[in-house]
Amino acid sequence: MDLPEYESKELIAQFGVAIPEGRIAHTPDEAEEKSRAIPAQKYMVKAQIRSGGRGLAGGIRLAATPSAVRKEAARMIGATLVTSQTGPTGDKVRAVYVEAAIDVAADFFVALALDPAAGQPTLFASSRGGVEFEQMARMDPDVVKHLALDDDTAATRTKVAKFLTSLDFPDAKGAAEVVMQLRKAFLANDMTLLEINPFARTRDGAWIAVDAKVSFDDNATFRHPELEAIAAEPHLSPAERVAQENDINFVKLDGNIGVVVNGAGLGLAINDMLVDAGGKPANFMDIRTTAMSFDIAKGVELLLEDPKVKTLLLNIHGGGMTVCDTVAEGVAFAYSRSTRKVPIVARLAGQNAEWGLRILKERYLPVESFDDMTGAVKRSIEIAGGAA
Amino acid sequence: MSIFVGKDTKVLVQGMTGRSGTFYTDLAMRYGSDYVAGVRPGKGGTSHLGLPVFHSAAEAVAETGANASLIVVPAHHAAEAMIEAIEARLGVVVCVTERVPQHDMARVKAALTGSGTVLIGPNSQGILTPDVCKIGVMPTRAAMPGPIGIASRSASLTSEILAQTSAAKLGQSTTVGVGGDPIHGLGFVECLKAFRDDDDTEAVVLIGEIGGREEEDAADYLAALDYGKPVFALVVGRHAPRERKMGHAGTLSFFGSETAQQKISHLQEAGVIVASDADQVVACIRDAL
Repeated sequence: MDLPEYESKELIAQFGVAIPEGRIAHTPDEAEEKSRAIPAQKYMVKAQIRSGGRGLAGGIRLAATPSAVRKEAARMIGATLVTSQTGPTGDKVRAVYVEAAIDVAADFFVALALDPAAGQPTLFASSRGGVEFEQMARMDPDVVKHLALDDDTAATRTKVAKFLTSLDFPDAKGAAEVVMQLRKAFLANDMTLLEINPFARTRDGAWIAVDAKVSFDDNATFRHPELEAIAAEPHLSPAERVAQENDINFVKLDGNIGVVVNGAGLGLAINDMLVDAGGKPANFMDIRTTAMSFDIAKGVELLLEDPKVKTLLLNIHGGGMTVCDTVAEGVAFAYSRSTRKVPIVARLAGQNAEWGLRILKERYLPVESFDDMTGAVKRSIEIAGGAA
Repeated sequence: MSIFVGKDTKVLVQGMTGRSGTFYTDLAMRYGSDYVAGVRPGKGGTSHLGLPVFHSAAEAVAETGANASLIVVPAHHAAEAMIEAIEARLGVVVCVTERVPQHDMARVKAALTGSGTVLIGPNSQGILTPDVCKIGVMPTRAAMPGPIGIASRSASLTSEILAQTSAAKLGQSTTVGVGGDPIHGLGFVECLKAFRDDDDTEAVVLIGEIGGREEEDAADYLAALDYGKPVFALVVGRHAPRERKMGHAGTLSFFGSETAQQKISHLQEAGVIVASDADQVVACIRDAL
């Protein structure tokens, strides 16, 4: 889960990292009023969205006076920002963060993430931070270097300072101190990513986290109910939300072939085959092993409710706790409750495959069966109106 | 014979008395594997499924000579169970638990360093040597002894490819699920090394997907030596809906390629034969063998 900017910053501030003084505002009036309470010469107005890349998309503006803050806030709030990370639909701006503009001498980049091989927090750093950092890093990954942060000893501090010196950080010792504070925040909050960009060096020699992004581990929310409560709402459609509540991973796509699959790997495999053959999947689905027939019925109902869906491609490899008849029961139940009965193309394999197919046929569902995925994919595309 | 497990493997189950623990232990015992004990703190001295239950893994090892463990405990206790199994010096530890926090896995990785334990998982379907030993939750009906070694990141695709190779009368030496989590125990490279030394394995199939660095590491390993056995791969997710990711390209590239196609190219450059889709794996093996 991702934390919004201001929550990310408050979290690291608790560990001693300096941040610009700022306030969140939901209306232009509120933005102006709150900026008056911030002791600053100038202000930054920052659109609060879930994705990065907003600096280049006009989501961060300098404002000289509280009334200018108001103008910028009015321009941002309610608007939709399309950045390099939001996808084409963009993110709607619901609030702005107003903060003291910092007198920056140079922008740097630091981030912490867990190294999957060693399981250690790892520091990433670059002396070329700022709004254009991402494009630069994309073109030349070597602008970012990394270093393992094994522990919090004096030796590690020295190692970090040396590393930052080699990357042309000024006052590497001071920067290393901030890195160690960030490490504490990272470990204490089950973070998977903590990114500070820009990590600003001010003209009077301080290190300030001007922006911060925190992702924390979805699997550790039981330890952090306080973070879960403030996490950015995950970007789910109503259908995706229903699916999630029923032990089904579901991603809405805009094609016309509804796909019902158990297992993420098998789901990705059939999705590749469908797209390769010119088909247009209406969704990505992975029925989790914990799902029961009723959960599966909910997932199928979501597809039947979508008027674009012309056919259902059922690709099940039964085994463990999800056997083919469990899935077939779920499909049959959804069909019994729906007036739309789109044709089903089924490829059932593994445990209780014959039984599953018998259930579908005996309930008089419009089902055609195939032994392999290739045949089923081809047929579903035919029914949906041919390859794109 | 097989990799990591064999006919001398004696398995204890951590979390045997729970719902999933009972279900999967029962299935594995009926498959003919040698299960010798269960572990459940507070229930030592009782018995379950006809096996003695102990308070701790160390106690179970001392009493029964167990040398492998299957961990089926809830996510928030899984790291403690893995560390307990590592400290009890079990040779093979399989953790099937899903959703183990990543920072917990960091502690497990530290405990693993320098130990003699091979950790499989978490979020793994386990390891299977057909007709000999099953430690995990995979279906076994289609399994058949044979020359194909399978290492996989996906449980569902392992079942699929296992069934396809059996239908083609190829059969499997051992199948290993390395697990679907970002931080896990053994990876493709360790599996490749073990399959290379295994006389019964004539070819290896790697089943990969988007995310992580397993495929890249395997490709780097294979490119650096004469492996001596054909290696096949299936990498899925070429058309996966792009996940919204926070963070910068520079940081994220450290954690693996952005696309499945990049992984495929990397493997092909290392001499791996990559199947075009999940229905083509057996055809690739047949063409090459």
